[in-house]
Amino acid sequence: MDNVIDLQIWQMAAAYIFVVVLLFIVRIKGIPREKEILISTLRMTLQLILTGYILVYIFNNSHPLYTILVIGIMEVFAVYNIFKRVKVKLTQKIKEVIAFSMVTGTILSLFYFILVVINLSPWYEPRYFIPIAGMIIGNSMTGISLGVKKLVDGINEQKHLIEAALMLGATPKMAAKPIVDNAFDSAILPTINSMVGMGIVFLPGMMTGQVLSGVSPVIAIKYQIVIMLGVLGSVALTVILFVQLGYKTFFNEEHQLHI
Amino acid sequence: MFRLEGVKYKNILDIDKLYIPKNKITCILGKSGSGKTTLLKLLNKLISCTQGEIYYNDRLLKKMDSIELRRNVVMLPQVPAIFPGTVKDNLLIGLKFSEKQLVSDKKIFEILNMVHLNKDLTESAENLSGGEKQRLALARVILMEPEVFLLDEPSSALDEDTEQIIIEKLVRYTKKMNQTLIMVTHSKKIAKTFADNIFEIRKGKVINQ
Repeated sequence: MDNVIDLQIWQMAAAYIFVVVLLFIVRIKGIPREKEILISTLRMTLQLILTGYILVYIFNNSHPLYTILVIGIMEVFAVYNIFKRVKVKLTQKIKEVIAFSMVTGTILSLFYFILVVINLSPWYEPRYFIPIAGMIIGNSMTGISLGVKKLVDGINEQKHLIEAALMLGATPKMAAKPIVDNAFDSAILPTINSMVGMGIVFLPGMMTGQVLSGVSPVIAIKYQIVIMLGVLGSVALTVILFVQLGYKTFFNEEHQLHI
Repeated sequence: MFRLEGVKYKNILDIDKLYIPKNKITCILGKSGSGKTTLLKLLNKLISCTQGEIYYNDRLLKKMDSIELRRNVVMLPQVPAIFPGTVKDNLLIGLKFSEKQLVSDKKIFEILNMVHLNKDLTESAENLSGGEKQRLALARVILMEPEVFLLDEPSSALDEDTEQIIIEKLVRYTKKMNQTLIMVTHSKKIAKTFADNIFEIRKGKVINQ
């Protein structure tokens, strides 16, 4: 790791020229986005500085409680972010299903990954645990957000077909099946597609980071391969939990659709 | 057959007493928005009444399993539901939903003939016209051979002559099969010609005729 170039303050400052250029362009074009650009640049900078120092502290004082606390914060943030990101109205019941699927799916995948695939010792070693958890939770969050939107929109748009199926004696499961399948498919498709372009169209962030910090590309790709598989598994697990439990929140115990 | 006592649904329906007999043709008349469709939905248990009791063959509806009920008391909505797939897929989907045994193509053609729908079974159902979709949806419920049909304006998209012929065939068929037919219709003529029992709903209340 000796060959890593640490960036000096002036080098960091030089990178902000990109933001200045962008601000200049939107000003000339009259696009009212200056405020958002400034705020997001500021947030990105502050959040990362804060994260950097917190991680340094946690890495130097590794303790299972710290690791669990970080994962907890990530999960809460991810769930809250899903509620905010899907621009459809969510009932309390479906929010509970989202939180449950997200936490259960990611934690199960994460522990399998940490304990079986990486065989990390001690299991809470934050240098491994936290970045891996971030990737698994982040990708699952994106997947489940798509699934939520597709499911809720699908049920609202195809209300008449679901009701017509119920009128013919279908169980809620049969009536909602096309929508549930479609939501699952849309949610996992981006993850599957990203695997296709992997290594050719783009070098993924984790691998790039490892290579930049002096790790052999051969080790870096091994990590990248297993993390991609882990992400795929976690996205699939969280989304399948969500769609299987989620559609049920639209029906009552009399098998009536209520939206 | 169906007995309603003090049934209220929100402020849409308010039925003090109503009896719908078995193995008969019952027609429900009334203006749009009077609560006819709501009544059919209550009988299909697609919704539950907010007050009162509904009995089906002397069994309390709210104590019956909704799915089991709907497999015997099948409802046809006013706007025909067309599922993705072919004409045949759409005809058989009712039997699939209700987990009944599928029928032969011969039986399918017999029923299609009855509703005057002369279509290739492999054709995409989405390409049919409005009137054809309505007849397809009607054929679908006939194939299910339920105890009771709840038909919400089953012939609204048809011309008067075709309507007359199809309803006549349907009535004859249901009589032969010992089925009960409960039909919402806009046509007083249809009601007077075929019904054994007619009532009207006005602003959520039943007016016997």
